[in-house]
Amino acid sequence: MSVKKKPSLRGAIATKQSKKEIASGALRPRNDEVSDIIFQRPDSLRDVENHYCAGCGHGIIHRLICEVIDELGIRERTIAVAPVGCAVIAYDYWDFDVTEAAHGRTPAVATGIKRVRPENIVFTYQGDGDLAAIGTSEIIHTANRGENITVIFVNNGVYGMTGGQMAPTTLAGQKTSTTLEGRSLKREGYPIKILEMMAVLPGAKYLERVSVHSAQEVMRAKRAIKKAFKMQMDGKGFSIVEVLSMCPTYWGMTSVQAADRIKNEVATFYPLGVIKSC
Amino acid sequence: MTRKVLMCGNEACGEGAIMAGCRFYAGYPITPQNELTSYLAKRMNETGGVFIQAESELAAINMVFGAAAAGFRAMTSSSSPGISLKQEGISYLVGCELPCVIVNMQRGGPGLGNIAPSQADYFQAVKGGGHGDYKMIVLAPASAHDLLEYTFLAFDLADKYRNPTFILGDGLLGQMMEPVNLNLSIKSHHYDKPWALTGCKGRKPNIIRSLLLGDNVLENHNKKLQEKYRVMKDMEVRSESFHARDSEIILVAFGSMARIAKLSMELARKRGLKVGLVRPITLWPFPDKAIQEAVEKTKKFLVVEMNAGQMVEDVRLAVNGRAEVDFYGRMGGGIPSEIEILNKIEALV
Repeated sequence: MSVKKKPSLRGAIATKQSKKEIASGALRPRNDEVSDIIFQRPDSLRDVENHYCAGCGHGIIHRLICEVIDELGIRERTIAVAPVGCAVIAYDYWDFDVTEAAHGRTPAVATGIKRVRPENIVFTYQGDGDLAAIGTSEIIHTANRGENITVIFVNNGVYGMTGGQMAPTTLAGQKTSTTLEGRSLKREGYPIKILEMMAVLPGAKYLERVSVHSAQEVMRAKRAIKKAFKMQMDGKGFSIVEVLSMCPTYWGMTSVQAADRIKNEVATFYPLGVIKSC
Repeated sequence: MTRKVLMCGNEACGEGAIMAGCRFYAGYPITPQNELTSYLAKRMNETGGVFIQAESELAAINMVFGAAAAGFRAMTSSSSPGISLKQEGISYLVGCELPCVIVNMQRGGPGLGNIAPSQADYFQAVKGGGHGDYKMIVLAPASAHDLLEYTFLAFDLADKYRNPTFILGDGLLGQMMEPVNLNLSIKSHHYDKPWALTGCKGRKPNIIRSLLLGDNVLENHNKKLQEKYRVMKDMEVRSESFHARDSEIILVAFGSMARIAKLSMELARKRGLKVGLVRPITLWPFPDKAIQEAVEKTKKFLVVEMNAGQMVEDVRLAVNGRAEVDFYGRMGGGIPSEIEILNKIEALV
């Protein structure tokens, strides 16, 4: 893509030719016509320095949520509940109302907010330690009550914030700072498939597992997140999107290796796709 | 005008919350506070409020956190073992400066203990059972009517200071039925909550957080909190005194124990013994001045509690060595009778 002006911080500027044509590479933009912005920071995403490690999936997922919120026009109605974990300061990135929650209590806090403000759009953002270990009780019962909230569940298989310890979702054989020789199924038990567990709950209406390891999967992830928010807007009940995400730092890999690991290993254990939709 | 109804303390507590405009309650079953949960299940339904029977005490206090963050008057209640579980949430509520009301109808401990009345959670309530430097106003009712009135008041105090208010009752108060006057002499006030999460329409986003990284940020937040506690200490001390200026022995007792101690005082005075009583109503801030005023006129204090001796430490701090401070208490659900206390008084004279 060639541009006449230097791209602003908010995004790249392209010619008046259709975004689709440009994206497909079918047409070369003409340099003399500059107007349409085809890629920019969503309004809901603050213009701040990124604190996440190189190759981390959180930045992509933060952005996808913001794109969806912008597209649905719900920024001024949204209240988010941030977790304890690497995304603990998610409110530094998001330009809408956010509260913190104690580790794992995230869905309970969201329940309190949604019940008194049913007109608002309430979502939680939780990691695998927050949701699948310390907060298992809260997530299961929140889903079972059929609370009309949306949960974005980021599964990267480790506790990133505290130094790469084993998570409930850590794969068998995976080395972490608390499973130095790899997770032993005999000693540490099995990785938990939370969505498959939740699928049996009548209160859980929409469960989908996506990933952000490739451009194609990022687009799928966005569609799932958008659907989950729409479910809430339509009053259809509890929705959760599990996002398989890279943690190159604590997987001991390069960013590319980490993305490949999701494709070749993680997504084979945690299959992508809609687990339940009703 | 009086409008008296017969209700148990737990129900009176629930009605006080409704009268104060509380429209969110989350709780978990535990004896001896179950009448409160049942009462609010009914009353929240009648008043268009939200009642949630949570999956745990942890969930309940965090649901209250959410409703409080959204700007609503919210309450949870439990009894001792359940209140231990709520301590994490209390620390977060204080750190995030969220107003709410938390009720403890104490029972015997430690551990699962029993379901008899107790005052053994004084330290936990007054000194801070959760982590971090913090304080809450702790109100100690002594009757079903107190439970109505103090719960009503607690919501105003919570909103006024953006801090949880704690009601420290016990199983006796919670389950005993008494006439309650539903016409209160105090009024409820409205407090604007521009900090609440409502969606950011027409304003900058609001963030509720207690995580404060960066140089000195948390230290400064703590200084702000401590300044708030200093104001509470100046403004919110409540107590009542009987014969505190003409007694040789001053009893100090709170909650149900204060009612029994008052009987002992009356019995003693009939026998010609100069006995008075100081009843702290706010356990924090502690009524140091009421104790210090009594020090001028007396030689001995007798602190009576349904525990191994907890408030007695605060009495000793207030007395500061200027008088003798004795203690009588029973633990694990034991309730000192007025005669037991009278015998102790006579032994001290």
